[in-house]
Amino acid sequence: MDINLNDLLRKYKSHPYEDHQIRTPHTGTVRLHVKEGQEVTGPSGRWRHRPGTLLYVLEREGNPKRMTSKYTGIVAELRTGLDGCFVQAGEPVMVVRHRLNKDEIIDRILREVLHVYAAPQRARYFFTPEVAAAIDKDKAKAFNVRPGDEILIMSLMKRDSLLAYEGPEGVLYKVYFKHGDLIEQGAPLFGICAPDRLPFAEKVIQRIRTEWDD
Amino acid sequence: MDQKRILDSGKYLTEFADRINYLADIKGGLEWGSLKELLQRVQNLRANMFDLKEDELFVELDQIDRRLEYMEDQVVQDLSPIEIVNIVRSPQRFTLQDILENCYDSFTELGGEGECNIDPAVVVARATITRRVKNKIYYHQVMVIGHEKGYGEEFRNGGCAKPWGNEKALRYMKVAETEGIPIHSYIFTPGSYPIEDYPGAAQQIARNLFQMARLRVPIVAFISEGGSGGAEAIGLADMRLMASRGYYSVISPEGAAAIEGRIKEGGKVPRELVEHCAAQLKMTAEDNLKLKTIDRIIQEPPLGARRNDFNFFKQLRYEMVRATDEVVLQTKSFRAFRSYALKRQGKEKDNGRAFNDEFDIHIKWSLTESEKKRLLEFRSKKYRAMGKGYKELRQSVLSRLGQAVESVKQNYYDIRYGLLRQHSRQVQKLIEEVSSEGSVFLKTVTEPVREAYDFVFPRPKAANGVNQYDPLKKSIFMQEWEQYISPLANEDRTVSCPNAEKYGCKDLWVPDLYGEFSGVCPTCGHHFPLEYQWYLENLFDPGSVREFNQHIVSANPLKFQGFDEKLKKAVEHTGRRSAIITFDASVFDIKIVVAMLYSDFRSGTVGSAEGEKFIRACDRARTTRRPFLAYIHTTGGIRIHEGTLGVIQMPRCTLVVREYIDSGGLYIVVYDNNSYAGPVASFLGCSPYQVGIRSSRIGFAGPRVIRETTGADVPPDYHSAKNALKRGHIQGIWDRREFRKNLFEALMTMGGPHLYYK
Repeated sequence: MDINLNDLLRKYKSHPYEDHQIRTPHTGTVRLHVKEGQEVTGPSGRWRHRPGTLLYVLEREGNPKRMTSKYTGIVAELRTGLDGCFVQAGEPVMVVRHRLNKDEIIDRILREVLHVYAAPQRARYFFTPEVAAAIDKDKAKAFNVRPGDEILIMSLMKRDSLLAYEGPEGVLYKVYFKHGDLIEQGAPLFGICAPDRLPFAEKVIQRIRTEWDD
Repeated sequence: MDQKRILDSGKYLTEFADRINYLADIKGGLEWGSLKELLQRVQNLRANMFDLKEDELFVELDQIDRRLEYMEDQVVQDLSPIEIVNIVRSPQRFTLQDILENCYDSFTELGGEGECNIDPAVVVARATITRRVKNKIYYHQVMVIGHEKGYGEEFRNGGCAKPWGNEKALRYMKVAETEGIPIHSYIFTPGSYPIEDYPGAAQQIARNLFQMARLRVPIVAFISEGGSGGAEAIGLADMRLMASRGYYSVISPEGAAAIEGRIKEGGKVPRELVEHCAAQLKMTAEDNLKLKTIDRIIQEPPLGARRNDFNFFKQLRYEMVRATDEVVLQTKSFRAFRSYALKRQGKEKDNGRAFNDEFDIHIKWSLTESEKKRLLEFRSKKYRAMGKGYKELRQSVLSRLGQAVESVKQNYYDIRYGLLRQHSRQVQKLIEEVSSEGSVFLKTVTEPVREAYDFVFPRPKAANGVNQYDPLKKSIFMQEWEQYISPLANEDRTVSCPNAEKYGCKDLWVPDLYGEFSGVCPTCGHHFPLEYQWYLENLFDPGSVREFNQHIVSANPLKFQGFDEKLKKAVEHTGRRSAIITFDASVFDIKIVVAMLYSDFRSGTVGSAEGEKFIRACDRARTTRRPFLAYIHTTGGIRIHEGTLGVIQMPRCTLVVREYIDSGGLYIVVYDNNSYAGPVASFLGCSPYQVGIRSSRIGFAGPRVIRETTGADVPPDYHSAKNALKRGHIQGIWDRREFRKNLFEALMTMGGPHLYYK
């Protein structure tokens, strides 16, 4: 096992955040609109059409540009000295520190452990009947997938084609899509876990669920 | 009697409770007067009814009855417009179902029943209505089309017709036309359901109006709740009746209050402001009769008719039959009979009787071909005479001279394209038929005739000088003919493209953007709004724009409080007196007539002046046989401050457009920036050729209204031209920089060689 569970957990416990460095996209005068430690929110709405909290205004050539937060979190490392100053492009202004929750951490660790199979093109995806039946009975983890196995049906324009799995052998650990959904190209479809890593993955989830405090 | 009263006392108590609740509906709650206390009294009485002695019970019942009668009288005495709106919205008010059951002898609902219906808010039924003449019964077949609010049934959407509901209405209107039976339409809608899905709220209303304008059967409409465009979808009628306690308005009082008070979404609109707006909008039957947007009022009981007011239904039946008679009789050439029939029926009313369900004569409702033609003429005349709430300024001697010249010109065009053209077509057709035999022998016979014909009716020169266009002399590429530079370009700053994040557009230097780039982002093609003057200067041939009808100006016909100042401000701001500019112009030497709604003047809203100018421009295009372009720089809908005088512009203008198109005209609509509501749902949306300029938005109601009405949110690009094109609402999207070229091509391809295809 090349991943040490304790190290992993320690890493996330010591810094349960995801830091997003906010840099100026171009030159201009900065006017800050947030304070250190302030909570900010990312875009919201069904289409993420409502912009997030205004972080700062960057003005260049009479064009004041409102820079809003793309992430939800807390403002940290705010460079208050930049307020009212002319800055170069790429200048770090602040960090938006997003605190990771249980599910996000599990997801991150699983992505390190699992082999994720992505949608080859924009289409509707279905599992073959035997795989679908196993998933329905919650026995997906007992389903062993080998390279070349045809476990997926890609349905596009009334044409169904079987997709052969390519990747390491393992069990079907996580399914990221709903049966029959229209999936964009590159979106994750399912994650395969090597049999030797399976106890590790389950241990991770169990420990995080019991030990992690949101 | 007493015995009966004891037996009926339970019924009385239910009736009292209904009357109290009805008064509460009208007054906006039980807080008014002592309604709450009275209701409590009724409930107590019901609970203790059997504990009381007979005498005590009767005394109590009498007291409550008297008290209620007194309160009802009080309500009637000072019934305000908002209270009339409340009457209409009361769940106790009669609905179309009651009318069908009580005014018609039999009916068959078409296109579904109840919830199993393409749109339960619109009910269509083939019905039979009878008239009694000297104890003899005559049956008439009619097509009943109307909105059904239902008795609190959610699936009816409160009578808000969805686009496919209006489409159903139109389908059966055509059936009625085929079968030659009159249409009775009943309007019970607070407005159309604002969704853009095909066939589109606005576009379907426009289609309905377009068809109704020339529907060859009598149409009689009855309005109880006339909510703007939704009402018009089935309301273009030869006779418009209105319930005395109904309302007919351009917008709901709450909507008007939210606009007037600039209330933010989700904010509470003050009750006083709503009441004020209801009074200002002149939405009652009396107001509408004064404004001549309806023909007659049908009297209801003083507090409005309810489901069990059978006398009202009897009267309504009589009025509907009488109104249909009147429409039919109008078309009869036998004038003496016409006046006799109408007089006899009028006499019944003069005798002091409120109504009489017996008629003196039987009138058949089927029309001959010539009568149908006359029916359409009357309809056209009727709507052309409506909604004249504008002001006409005195014109200078020079303008009047110009008008005289115009009049002479018109006569010339009438002879040139009317009289002579008609004959020339007939002769030409004859010659073509003979020539098509193709025999050399015949040719020798027809050739001299053709020569003689050509001498008398010289072949039309290439229409409006189209063939004189020399591409070498005049380029169709913008860069070469651009002269006008937008004043927006006079700023030394940069702006960001709204799509910068998506497409990585660079910041744009304003003089570049509004100068060389014509307000278009060179990276993603986003169109920044430009002032209407840019189009006047860059779209048409230099110096070809000749404005007309400037003397027709916007006014405040309803004396809407505070609107005079707003109007004055708009005049000062724009230097113009209405939101529309109508002018003659040419595009690469093709002469066209243009109507342009622009944003600077009250957001391009349409009132009486705008409607009248549009109609005159359309008529001008018809008489001069020129293509007609409606360029919509921006329109925010119908001007709410003109009430139903604004709404009536929808059927008026559509009717004139229909006449223009029927006479062979080429009508092109181009939407730019924002085009919403009434105009799109009528005279713009009915065009066979509608095009959007890139980055424009086209729709029926804005996102806020959609959210507030339907409760569903809409994506930010819901109204984009691209989505309008996907839904089939428009036929194409043009780039602003190629507007002139595209317009020229459209005129050439859609207009044909003579630019006037009939």
